[in-house]
Amino acid sequence: MSDSILQIRDLRVTFSTQMGELRAVRGVDVDVAPGEILGVVGESGSGKSVSFLAAMGLLPQSATITGSVKLDGIELIGAKKKAIRSVRGRSLAMVFQDPLSALNPVHRVGDQIVEMIQSHQDMNTHDAEKRAVELLEIVGIPQPNDRARQYPHEFSGGMRQRVVIAMAIANNPKVLIADEPTTALDVTVQAQILEVIQRVQQTFGTAVVLITHDLGVIARVADSVNVMYAGRNVESGPVQSIFDHPSHPYTRGLLSSLPHEGADRLQPIAGFPPNMLAPPSGCGFAPRCEFAIDACNAELPTLQPFDDLQTSCIRAVDLRIGGRS
Amino acid sequence: MTNSHAEVLLSVRNLVKNFELRANTGIRKTQRIVQAVADVSFDVKVGQTLGLVGESGSGKTTVGRSVLQLIQPTSGEVIFEGEDLTKMSFEELRHVRRQMQIVFQDPFASLDPKMTVGSSIAEPLVVQGVGGNHQDKVAELLDLVGLSTDHAKRFPHEFSGGQRQRVGIARALALDPKLIVLDEPVSALDVSIQAGVVNLFGDLQKRLGMSYVFIAHDLSVVRHIADQVAVMYLGKIVEIGDKDAVYRNPSHPYTKALLSAVPLPDPKIERSRHRIMLEGDVPSPVNPPTGCRFRTRCWKATELCAVEEPQLVVRSTGQQSACHFPE
Repeated sequence: MSDSILQIRDLRVTFSTQMGELRAVRGVDVDVAPGEILGVVGESGSGKSVSFLAAMGLLPQSATITGSVKLDGIELIGAKKKAIRSVRGRSLAMVFQDPLSALNPVHRVGDQIVEMIQSHQDMNTHDAEKRAVELLEIVGIPQPNDRARQYPHEFSGGMRQRVVIAMAIANNPKVLIADEPTTALDVTVQAQILEVIQRVQQTFGTAVVLITHDLGVIARVADSVNVMYAGRNVESGPVQSIFDHPSHPYTRGLLSSLPHEGADRLQPIAGFPPNMLAPPSGCGFAPRCEFAIDACNAELPTLQPFDDLQTSCIRAVDLRIGGRS
Repeated sequence: MTNSHAEVLLSVRNLVKNFELRANTGIRKTQRIVQAVADVSFDVKVGQTLGLVGESGSGKTTVGRSVLQLIQPTSGEVIFEGEDLTKMSFEELRHVRRQMQIVFQDPFASLDPKMTVGSSIAEPLVVQGVGGNHQDKVAELLDLVGLSTDHAKRFPHEFSGGQRQRVGIARALALDPKLIVLDEPVSALDVSIQAGVVNLFGDLQKRLGMSYVFIAHDLSVVRHIADQVAVMYLGKIVEIGDKDAVYRNPSHPYTKALLSAVPLPDPKIERSRHRIMLEGDVPSPVNPPTGCRFRTRCWKATELCAVEEPQLVVRSTGQQSACHFPE
């Protein structure tokens, strides 16, 4: 797809640790269409956060990053620091799980948004202040004029996350990456924040990458989904297809391990994720997969088209099912 | 599954827990009180599970710890097998504590990293002076929670999160308790692992017949595991009753809003259902609203709600709820 606003190809991230090379991301492709919400789902250690931190250029020196990350056609991997800085916060912005760590405790929130605007745009302070108040209003903060003059500690968790989103969209980015933006919030506040993210996407046409472990959140807001496991994309496609007829045994396992009405017992996935210091040479999920055959361990499978999905399961055709198992 | 004639194991009556906040602001010393639990009553029957749900600051964890007397309640009664724990001496309590255990949320913080898993599991036996062969008992417990016998010699860092939580459960089972408080026991685990631990709780209860107080913010897990559910908001139970009654016909507006806020793993349902969007956050428990504590976020609130605190009333669908304008 050449019309992607964010295009990632063969992204690999390796950390040098005392115990050896930790291969956190092992060849990931991502395409984000303009204005869509892409949900990236996976469990701890699947590489979902690391992939996008790498794309943002936010990983420490100990990380070796290869591959290609193109934002609107501009290559970010290997680009000069100054070039990346002009993209980050302007065309590509990020929202994290913990809003407190993203805000400076000793500055008023309005001033922090002004700083965000002025570091990327040539705007006088008066206009930038007006814009900051507007942004606070867009993300649903009541009395934005007064709130702009307050400090982060005067805001609740949900309101802080709104401030962080206001900062992230201050320069009208093309892509907003939200990494578990609602995980630390209560469920009624989570509903509000998801609505704000959807409103931003609808109002400004911002493409959103929503990283989460919660399949319910994906079902609520995503247009398309990437399922990650052991540093790879194992399946991707339109949200309805992923939930209706997942092709990969891992996706199916995830869905059926969730509690649902009328189920007497839950169905866990046996075993646990592989050690990324020595990941399996074949399919990363094969050691836990009840359908694995010898061929699964032979080589690392790549994404192949399968109906309206992309799947890395080489047995997808054999295991085809009509609906949710 | 629910046996309504089962005997009551634990009765909590009018439980109140106040925490003092001391603030030293220059010349003035102020003292404020947070009422974390404000007059809470419930029963737990033998062999059954009470799910305690609510958002942060609702007081659900404080209730759990007050039941075990890990926190001294300010007032109220905690009656376990007919005896009020709040009136017991330390020595008497120590004896009763054999019957009551707790499993915590964080399987990394709740195990001593320098102790083998086997000695961690045997520790309650040592503390309570239980005789017999501890090694055999540890092996039996490991088997019970789905771990292997030779895991006893290993250290916590060699285990995954799910396995550590099983070790925590084995330790809680060591003294054959009649009641286990499970405080967010699966919240830190990935869903594929969580399912196995939830199944384990169900299996153990069927085999050993103990009761659970299951504290969680995840409403779908509670629906799966509980017989009775109590929904808490700012230190109060706003709705309590049979799981099916509460989930199918929520009577309190807060319960209704909470259930509608939970994202369900089904895009068709998610995109078609009507969602109640509550405004704002949970107010500070230091200065809770007068009357009904939920009224500041409630779309049905009237002047009455600010003046008169609603009491728990039995509804036609069987559960009790505290609202002047129930659904």
